[in-house]
Amino acid sequence: KPKCYPLHSVVLLTILILAFFGYGFLSSRHLMPAGVRAGHSVAVRDPDGWQVVTLSRMLYPQPMVLTPSRSDALTVTPWLAPIIWEGTFNIDLLNEQFWLQNLTVGLTVFAVKKYMVFLKAFLETAEQHFMVGHHVTYYVFTDRPADVPHVLLKEGRQLVVLSVRSYARWQDVSMHRMEMISNFSEQRFRHEVDYLVCSDVDMKFWDHVGVEILSPLFGTLHPAFYTANRKAFTYERRRRSQAYIPWDEGDFYYIGAFFGGSVAEVQQLTSACHQAMMVDKAKGIEAVWHDESHLNKYLLHHKPTKVLSPEYLWGDWLLDWHPVLKKLRFVTVPKNRQKIRNP
Amino acid sequence: MTLPEHRARREAASPQDARKAGKRCPLQPLLLGLLLLLVFFGYGFLSSRRPMPGGLGVRPGMLYPQPKALTPSRSDVLVLTPWLAPIVWEGTFSPEILDEQFRLQNVTVGLTVFAVKKYVAFLRLFLETAEQHFMVGHRVTYYVFTDRPADVPHVPLREGRRLAVLAVRSHARWQDVSMQRMEVISRFSEQRFRREVDYLVCADVDMKFRDHVGVEILSPLFGTLHPGFYRADRRAFAYERRPRSQAYIPPDEGDFYYMGALFGGSVAEVQRLASACHQATVLDKANGIEAVWHDESHLNRYLLYHKPTKVLSPEYLWDQRLLGWPSVMKKLRFVAVPKNHEEMRSP
Repeated sequence: KPKCYPLHSVVLLTILILAFFGYGFLSSRHLMPAGVRAGHSVAVRDPDGWQVVTLSRMLYPQPMVLTPSRSDALTVTPWLAPIIWEGTFNIDLLNEQFWLQNLTVGLTVFAVKKYMVFLKAFLETAEQHFMVGHHVTYYVFTDRPADVPHVLLKEGRQLVVLSVRSYARWQDVSMHRMEMISNFSEQRFRHEVDYLVCSDVDMKFWDHVGVEILSPLFGTLHPAFYTANRKAFTYERRRRSQAYIPWDEGDFYYIGAFFGGSVAEVQQLTSACHQAMMVDKAKGIEAVWHDESHLNKYLLHHKPTKVLSPEYLWGDWLLDWHPVLKKLRFVTVPKNRQKIRNP
Repeated sequence: MTLPEHRARREAASPQDARKAGKRCPLQPLLLGLLLLLVFFGYGFLSSRRPMPGGLGVRPGMLYPQPKALTPSRSDVLVLTPWLAPIVWEGTFSPEILDEQFRLQNVTVGLTVFAVKKYVAFLRLFLETAEQHFMVGHRVTYYVFTDRPADVPHVPLREGRRLAVLAVRSHARWQDVSMQRMEVISRFSEQRFRREVDYLVCADVDMKFRDHVGVEILSPLFGTLHPGFYRADRRAFAYERRPRSQAYIPPDEGDFYYMGALFGGSVAEVQRLASACHQATVLDKANGIEAVWHDESHLNRYLLYHKPTKVLSPEYLWDQRLLGWPSVMKKLRFVAVPKNHEEMRSP
């Protein structure tokens, strides 16, 4: 009997199969490094045992189901994390919920070498605007503890000075914050506070920054990128780096200057970022925006449970601001980069 | 035959012969079909971006449109409560991202439903439609509470899903049947649910699923907007208005009117809610008063002073016969099954 299928059909078939699978193989984007959690997004658990609390009678306007609180901004992410803008929250309700749980907020800030000069204004404005009425512990990391200014603190608030080493390069000073926060979270913070807020020091509070920001894990929208297309985000784009993010991925560009969450979640984030930076270092690569690049990679795969709008971190270098910003709450202080970063 | 003859014979199976053979041979079109099938699968395989076979350790990223900070997901509705709990509407969430997050945690969702007396008749449709639409792809345990276990229909379940039939007593009055649910849920949460599931969803049985109801609803504590009151002023909410009742809510208070037919959360929070509602019911009974909408009244009181961490839009509880299909509802996910109230509620 003659063979039914001519040879050329079989060859064609084989070529086509190979072509498709080959295309898939070649176009696959990146290798997940060993040790990174499987999957592309990891849910952040709500802290165990933190109950929904019992409120008392309160008077406030009725929320209207057919009226968005903001018509000009996205107020919830695709993974249902609130994006915090003025007008989205009732601070009295949130304050009451917070007080009933008797929680404490830690605020970490690094005043290393010349950056000490920013600390006084940072603390004084924090006293006026940051978590007013709640328990706060400032953790000031510095290489010059004697130079920490004496700032009068309101009741229920305290300041702890933590001695750390400095680094010659400002990039290293910035990046090692991850390691230090991670270490101190393990040793100390988890026993002393419930939430951690990690901030840059060359900043001033201009307006209310309160409990509305608190959740298991939060990041802040970078003020220069919140309207940008993801292709324009300054993610690390070299595959060799642990911080690499491909062009077609990315939710937001988060700023390294303001992030936080529960102590457990912040410890995991800072530890992961520090380890990633060590891996990069061993490979002789440094991410384009240092700890910020690694923060962005982490928050892509570990979606934050709240996102803060650029109200919560505004840049003094940005000359005008978009009408979407009803408040500028936390703003960078102008500095001479050359002078401040060099000996 | 000799080798030259053999070769000659093979060469004679030339294009001409092959064509002839092909015309006669059913395998050629079959092969073509197979080829097309492979083309489609190959394309589909790649575009869905599942991991490559062979343990290459390559895992393409999940792709989805970028969220835009200045573009609300919905321009016509409130998507966040004043205490920053998301209000879940179509368009506000990505099922893919959420499914992945919850799959990674390997969550199990319990769905409680009460089919007492004549209400067993609703079970088949409820369960069959749940199989199509409720938490598909995740682990599910149906807890069917009934006074007639023999009448529970056999409904084939997908993998990872199971059904437990739990015997309860019935009551003469339908109001008591409704209210007993809180006591039963509270008791079973303690005895059983907390060991078996991560989240509990408590639903009425005279309902059917007609669209996706998934992990987007899960959070420590959630309630659902009653479809008859989502437009109303708080003074028109059907809260219990007599101060003597434990369910009392004054006219100047109240966020939303939640419906008793769908609520839930973590086992711990549902247990607290059910226990509180049950105790409030008992106290009312001792004081000779019964709240105007029974367990629903107590639920509303509870959720006023214990704010839910998510609120479900009326997409999640609708009655098409009574309310039609307004444009603000992009999906009708869980809907009332028509019933003759008198008939169902009589012995």
